[in-house]
Amino acid sequence: MSSTALSLKGVEVRFETATLLFDCEVPAGRIVAVAGASGSGKSTLFNVIAGFEQPERGDVRILGEDMAGRLPGERPVSVIFQEHNLFAHLDVAANVGLGISPALRLGPAERAQVEAALARVGLAGFGGRLPPTLSGGERQRVALARAMVRHRPLLLLDEPFAALDPGMRSEMRNLIGDLHEEEGNTILMITHHPDDVKMLADSVLFLDQGRIVAHDDIAHFLERRDLAAINRFLGNE
Amino acid sequence: MFGATENRMTTAAGALSLGGILLFVGLAAIALLAQSRGGDAGPLFDAYLWRVTRFTLLQASLSTLISILFAIPVARALARQASFPGRIWVLRLMALPLGLPALVAALGLIEVWGRQGLLNTALAAAGLAQPISVYGLFGILTAHVFFNMPLAARLMLTGIERIPAEYWRTSPNLGMGPLATFRFIEWPAIRGLLPGIAGLIFMLCATSFTLVLTLGGGPAASTIEVAIYQALRFDFDPPRAIALSGLQVALTGALLILLKFVAPPPEEGETTGRAIRRFDGASGLSRLFDRIWLALAIAFVGVPLAAIAYSGAKADLLRLVREPAFHHALAMSTMIALLSATVSVVMTALMIRAERLALAPRRPRTAARLFAGAIDASTSFILLVPPVVLGAGWFLLLTPLGDVARFAPAVVIAINALMALPFVYRVLAPAMATHAVRTERLAASLGIGGFHRLRWIDWPALRRPLLMAFSFAMALSLGDLGAVALFGSEEMVTLPFLLYSRMASYRTADAAGLALMLGLVCLILTVLGTAGEEKPSEGRSA
Repeated sequence: MSSTALSLKGVEVRFETATLLFDCEVPAGRIVAVAGASGSGKSTLFNVIAGFEQPERGDVRILGEDMAGRLPGERPVSVIFQEHNLFAHLDVAANVGLGISPALRLGPAERAQVEAALARVGLAGFGGRLPPTLSGGERQRVALARAMVRHRPLLLLDEPFAALDPGMRSEMRNLIGDLHEEEGNTILMITHHPDDVKMLADSVLFLDQGRIVAHDDIAHFLERRDLAAINRFLGNE
Repeated sequence: MFGATENRMTTAAGALSLGGILLFVGLAAIALLAQSRGGDAGPLFDAYLWRVTRFTLLQASLSTLISILFAIPVARALARQASFPGRIWVLRLMALPLGLPALVAALGLIEVWGRQGLLNTALAAAGLAQPISVYGLFGILTAHVFFNMPLAARLMLTGIERIPAEYWRTSPNLGMGPLATFRFIEWPAIRGLLPGIAGLIFMLCATSFTLVLTLGGGPAASTIEVAIYQALRFDFDPPRAIALSGLQVALTGALLILLKFVAPPPEEGETTGRAIRRFDGASGLSRLFDRIWLALAIAFVGVPLAAIAYSGAKADLLRLVREPAFHHALAMSTMIALLSATVSVVMTALMIRAERLALAPRRPRTAARLFAGAIDASTSFILLVPPVVLGAGWFLLLTPLGDVARFAPAVVIAINALMALPFVYRVLAPAMATHAVRTERLAASLGIGGFHRLRWIDWPALRRPLLMAFSFAMALSLGDLGAVALFGSEEMVTLPFLLYSRMASYRTADAAGLALMLGLVCLILTVLGTAGEEKPSEGRSA
């Protein structure tokens, strides 16, 4: 069944100095890398999908449902940011638990769920720790555990590896790949690294100056030489 | 940012707070202006007014100058002697005056410099006939230097401590002596801070009320603020009070503008007390020089404080504590302080949140921008209207309605809350901004809103700055005499007012006991209110 996970039609976001325009369709169950230079509109694209920004015009649909007027917490979306994914004053278990109940009302079943998710990301027994005592990679894995317990069909990753060293990057990449296999969710991932694109993505959304200028399968994308921005990104010049 | 109903309610509450402030200040201003039309404007700017203005500016200039000249060698000594035992206690001593109610400090200074004080007793014992008089310009300057020299020294010390550590290795390497080190390294660091420090001190001294009231003597040594109080309370001469209020607002307004554009007030960077390794200042002469200045500073600040503690402890505290008058004053002060601190913190928090909400959209509408700008401006605009001027306006407004004393508590609470507003804003605004950046989107994406966000996200993270602001606001209100002085009556007696009337009726022992208790409470609250400011709030970012 190849339904559409995400579709943007004529979505227009106006800033003081620029107007961004998004059109795209992402089939369900894919991992899509979102790439482009800084300021090309990647973060705004995510903000529109997650509901942090309201577009002036256009249609945002997730799994066929219109998202207009839906608050971020009501959308079938989980977001993992570059950093500040955890509330620093709450312990790891509470941070994951908030993904199940925003009021933090957790029964034994929910607690077990939290424990299992932590074990799945390799952090069994970390429930009582506070985020500032964890490494950057560990904090991102806690965020991933929370995304798991939420079971939202669309996962947005906003440069989740940016603060990690190379070893941890590949570890996180593998973990995300495995989870994707298990959950069958759709993942959009902003990245600056061609390596992430090559190793994880099925396709690439490429943005330049506020427009989606390419949406190609990975093999096709890596062969492209016609756009200067893509050449710069791939290091082909 | 993302819950529509919640946001509308927050914005409405913020708008109400702002409106309340503007209304409170506006009504006072209207009262003053309306009354001024009644009187004839002819003799308003008479010799008296001119003299008062001249004295206000003179004492503020001298206070600033002396504070700064005294602070430079003290700051330098503290910076150069970076690791003597007890240095941290000297720094703490320098922080104490800031938390002390002016009235309590005035009492301590009288114990030292007064007619029967330590100094005159010593002088008389030495056979010198002419005693020093603490009342008048001398006393006012002493008191202002007592408060502001330590402040200036601490601000300068932060500046010197910001000098890169390498400099202290390079300068001896180049063979720089103490003079050259001061000229080329320390002075440039201090000089940059001077306009800000001087502006701040001048502002504080030009609007000083309590110290001038207790230590000034008659029209020859009176500032505009005290003159407003006297015009209303003793002469019942509203036109004169109004003219003086206008003068005061014009003066503070000019000073604020000057401060804003010429010299932004220095960041109240706390000295961390961390030792910097310096290789100069070890020679005998430098060390002697530093020790003399440190001893002078410690004596100047410490002896009056010790005098308060000593004579306070000597007073019959047990009897004092059992007096009904004390109970009433304590209850009144506590109520006023708790309520005004609550009002101040809640209103400020709501306004900060509303300001953020107004600026949240990509392209905020003009109305939203104006609203946010008004909130931002109102917090410093309050400084323009000294408590006594506000009090004067409300005094005139309420007089036709009968006994002013009936409204006194409410007016004093409101004035105290407004007085604390700029300080509360300075504590809360950065903390709330950081908190919002860290948690706003995350909480929204997880659908955490309303009460749950307050309980799990906002309160745990903001508890500390909120309590800090609260305790600081309480200390301000507890030590305040300005607002209470105008409205004080039989029923409306706060601790500072009780202390003031005991001083006025020469019941010195009682006054000393009260001063000790009031001083201690305010110091504790201030310590709580400023504790941990230097620490980054949340450790590593998560």
